[in-house]
Amino acid sequence: MSGGNGYFDLPSDLQHSYAGLIGIHLEESLIPVAAGLALSLPIAQACVRYRRLYPPVLWITTVLYAIPSIAFFVFLIDYTGVSQTTVEIPLTVYSLVILVPAIVDGVRSVPPETITAAEAMGLGPVRRYLTVQLPLAVPAIFAGLRVATVSSVSLVSLGVAIGNQGGLGNLLGDAVEYQRYNLAVTSVVTVAVLAIVLDGLLIGLRLLLTPWLPRGPRAARRAAGAAVAEPARPPAPTPLEGAVR
Amino acid sequence: MPDSERAFGPLIQIDAITKRYADGTVAVDALSLEVPDGAVTVLVGPSGCGKTTTLRMVNRMVEPTSGRILLDGEDISRRPVTALRRSMGYVIQNAGLFPHRTIADNIATVPRLLGRDRKGARAAALELMERVGLDTALAKRYPYQLSGGQQQRVGVARALAADPPVLLMDEPFSAVDPIVRKQLQEELLRIQEELGKTIVFVTHDIDEAIRLGDMVAVLRTGGRLAQFAPPEELLSHPADAFVEDFLGAGRGVRRLSFFSSAGLELAAGPIVAEDATAEQIAAAGADGTPYLLVTDAERRPLGWAETGDAAGGVPARERLAPHGRPFAVGRESLRDALDSAVLSPTGWAVGVDAAGRAVGVVSQQAIGEAIRTAHARAGAGEAAARREKESVPGEGAAGTHGIRVAP
Repeated sequence: MSGGNGYFDLPSDLQHSYAGLIGIHLEESLIPVAAGLALSLPIAQACVRYRRLYPPVLWITTVLYAIPSIAFFVFLIDYTGVSQTTVEIPLTVYSLVILVPAIVDGVRSVPPETITAAEAMGLGPVRRYLTVQLPLAVPAIFAGLRVATVSSVSLVSLGVAIGNQGGLGNLLGDAVEYQRYNLAVTSVVTVAVLAIVLDGLLIGLRLLLTPWLPRGPRAARRAAGAAVAEPARPPAPTPLEGAVR
Repeated sequence: MPDSERAFGPLIQIDAITKRYADGTVAVDALSLEVPDGAVTVLVGPSGCGKTTTLRMVNRMVEPTSGRILLDGEDISRRPVTALRRSMGYVIQNAGLFPHRTIADNIATVPRLLGRDRKGARAAALELMERVGLDTALAKRYPYQLSGGQQQRVGVARALAADPPVLLMDEPFSAVDPIVRKQLQEELLRIQEELGKTIVFVTHDIDEAIRLGDMVAVLRTGGRLAQFAPPEELLSHPADAFVEDFLGAGRGVRRLSFFSSAGLELAAGPIVAEDATAEQIAAAGADGTPYLLVTDAERRPLGWAETGDAAGGVPARERLAPHGRPFAVGRESLRDALDSAVLSPTGWAVGVDAAGRAVGVVSQQAIGEAIRTAHARAGAGEAAARREKESVPGEGAAGTHGIRVAP
């Protein structure tokens, strides 16, 4: 037995303090979301521009999403070894299936008269995309980012299966090994709190970036139809679903 | 317009443009128009007549299949497309404002694109807001916080921001309610009086076309020109059955809006003040007029009294017959005068001056007389104009739709 019996006395085989594990967990879950966003922006733009590209892209990302993460990890170990990268690659791929449709729908939901006006005022296609379509897609992009982030935070834990690469999830492994179930509670509660805090930060950031959106239900009703509507979000995987992966 | 710009003829010349789509539909068919400088040219017609397509070919949002458009004598297909568009203001239905930019930033869009500094563009935006009748306190608001009419004003301000010589307007006032639409139309005419832009205006509403246009091009389905004429000529001499049908009922009455009420012979005799003496009342009714118009001390009309009833003194206000809506003499047209006579229970219209003081009254018969005189005079004017046109060599072929300034 190492490290006592408390919720925060971590076994030494984890080689990290509680705060250290949180750091690793954040790194492993947020890098894939950032990479996913960086990849989805050009992919989504291509899908908006070439409409016929969108169905096959959607199909491929959905099929990739169907691959269980454990299988994905094992497959990648041959190439990237037992490392954080092996966890981050599948999570990046999963975030694409959420972010690409979110951005495509967001860009497409920009009112046609706004696009026409931009074109008529002599904004070229690049400027139109960067200064009109993308900013107006921000609410939709953030809706996608929230789902991708929460899902990523919960999925990281599965990295425990390939040799303690699961951030806070590694506590689950030790909980079983040393029969210290309070470590499992620490793991699950911390992951949940992280997800909630990150979601809150994203909501705050979205509000900061979109002062132009109607606030409150009354203002929203008044502006309904005038402003960009947030597209329906893909259903968020619950932490339970994440664990099943 | 200075003479140097006149050297090439009209600013915009549309020369036999045709737009045929890949599926074979013809949106515009060999359309030629000479858009007069510094005037409002309205393209009007039923849906599917190619009016919006034509407008969009002027700033190359649609490229013609054949034919060309000259701007200042130069073929626009040789101009860089973004530079061309930035040199033309564009206003569309629902304004098409950028929801994520403040009102001031929306207006400053094109000046900023043209390299103007932020501060200068902002100051100019505030000035434009005043010009289009917007409170500058709205500058920092976002579009969703404005009413439809206010948004459309911003749309007009945004189009004017870079001071372009040409303004393209695509059904800009169709989506607002009739009262706001009328205000916006009046505002546009006022701004146009100050700025004298070359405006091409698309609408499906013939009343709007007649109200705003110095020249009106009526297009028929399939993108063919049916008639290109000043609105008054359109009403008096529709080119064919299609135009006549499109103008709808009431063409004759509507044409009266082009005749001033200044020439009406108003009778000031039957006007009496509320506190008139018996002699004054007797004098007013001396020529056998059946009704007397009663006014207050400032000569503002109150209502009608029967001459017989008034013999012993003017009846109390509540016993007077309503006088209906008076017309402003000179400022309003024969149509307004006739309207007020028709609506008046006595059949007499009340003419007032700018301050609303009664100037005189006029009967339906007298208005009918004035209408006949006006028609005769207009007919004589047209004949003279035709003679003049025929005597100018080389004008005959191209000038089938000569430009005539409405009186």
